[in-house]
Amino acid sequence: MLITHDSDRRLRGEDIPSREITDHGVYLNRRAFMAGAAALALLPWGREASAQGALQPLQASKSAAYKVQDALTPYKSVTTYNNFYEFGTDKGDPAAHGASLKTRPWTLKVDGLCAKPKTFDIDELLKFPLEERVYRLRCVEAWSMIIPWIGFPLSALLARVEPTGQAKYVEFTTLVNPEMFPGQRRGLFGFALDWPYTEGLRLDEAMHPLTLVTVGLYGQVLPNQNGAPIRVVVPWKYGFKSAKSLVHMRLTSEEPKTSWNKAAGNEYGFYSNVNPEVSHPRWSQATERRIGELRRRDTLMFNGYGDQVASLYSGMDLKRLY
Amino acid sequence: MSYRGRIALKAAIWIGSFWPLGVLLRGFMTDDLTANPIEYVTRTLGLTALVLLLTSLGMTPLRALLGWSWPIQLRRLLGLLAFFYVCLHFAVWIGLDHFFAWRRMWEDVLKRPFITVGMSALLLLIPLAATSTQGMIKRLGGAKWRLLHKLAYVIGGLGVLHFLWLAKKGRTTPYYYAIALSLLLGARVWDWGRKKLAPERVSQTKPSPPLGERVG
Repeated sequence: MLITHDSDRRLRGEDIPSREITDHGVYLNRRAFMAGAAALALLPWGREASAQGALQPLQASKSAAYKVQDALTPYKSVTTYNNFYEFGTDKGDPAAHGASLKTRPWTLKVDGLCAKPKTFDIDELLKFPLEERVYRLRCVEAWSMIIPWIGFPLSALLARVEPTGQAKYVEFTTLVNPEMFPGQRRGLFGFALDWPYTEGLRLDEAMHPLTLVTVGLYGQVLPNQNGAPIRVVVPWKYGFKSAKSLVHMRLTSEEPKTSWNKAAGNEYGFYSNVNPEVSHPRWSQATERRIGELRRRDTLMFNGYGDQVASLYSGMDLKRLY
Repeated sequence: MSYRGRIALKAAIWIGSFWPLGVLLRGFMTDDLTANPIEYVTRTLGLTALVLLLTSLGMTPLRALLGWSWPIQLRRLLGLLAFFYVCLHFAVWIGLDHFFAWRRMWEDVLKRPFITVGMSALLLLIPLAATSTQGMIKRLGGAKWRLLHKLAYVIGGLGVLHFLWLAKKGRTTPYYYAIALSLLLGARVWDWGRKKLAPERVSQTKPSPPLGERVG
């Protein structure tokens, strides 16, 4: 990929304050201490507690190219303020109920219009060359975070299955299991969403080097509330496009039906590119609150990744194809 | 109800309605207002306002259903406390959420239906709060005052709409408030129908307390 001088600066940046990193170190120490204390106090449940409590560290090369300049959002915020309706509709629900998700054994089936469909075991996926990338995350609810993800380009995974010429889209499907995902149970007013959660990308979006198959954040495997054990991250689109806890990717010739589009098509389009010019019908998308900051900041076109991705949409009316 | 009972009830309402504010203050001191404090504070203040508003609307049906007169004496207090929380909710929206970006806020009032109805509820509350004193009741006269304060039901409806329209699909809390409001309105309709059908019997068993005492 060609990176211009400007975008290079914006993507790279070396000004992430060291205090953030120290904070996390302190946090990890405290976590290890707490996990130890919990293991001593609750011996029979020690293993379960540690399954969520002490997360496996991941080796990843730090990507110099894919690193935004802004300060990282603290680990605590990244892991306690989540939209993950499978665990419940409150932002605190995923952290509160995350422990019920079992991420082993876990497989990801990749099939559809490809020459070599394959079911990958999660441990096999963790063997892809992993990199740490610092991305902006912009939620459709007008808040944003800066997160150091760990993963590998989706293009590398798709290359393994060799998509055929007919393949035009990729559909992502999240696990359905109401035992592990309390939010998937029927409530008083029916289901929160039509499960399974599905999302999708056009093949060229999926193959774009920014699109990341993600297995970790902040140096460790993904906490359950962040979409463990495997998810995608598509940083120029609203957060709900970055589907979590995936069990299936399917190459198709037709635009996949996506969950939020089915739930409210006039509010959530298939593309859902971050776009300050196109309002959500009920609120403006012109500004956002960066988690941890007091003042709103202006939302950037394509979440600041315009130099990299705008060409994917040349000639398209983004007001109509929102 | 005895004087002491009334005082105790009012004290309980004061404590209960300042509880959420206390929780927010404690959260502020201990840096425990979630990762998005402004959203959390706005939501907590709005929810408390709605709870107080619906509670105040529940007082009249409570009297009708149970034949107690004391709920009516709490209406004004509950209504004013609801107004207080609505003002805080509004102030946080202006000062913290949008940091006095007047043009942007005005656009939101015009373009976003949930903000339009929220703002209408706030504006309609002002004349009610302003005419909540004994003096104003006397000046307006009972009939006019009662008619004006029927607006409380409209405000309740706007408040619930505000909540319904801002929530994303799948979030069920607003539905509970909508159900509560429908029950309250339903109770009123039922009471009205009952009076209409058997005016003598109802008026015999339920003498209306004098207005001054009702809103006291």
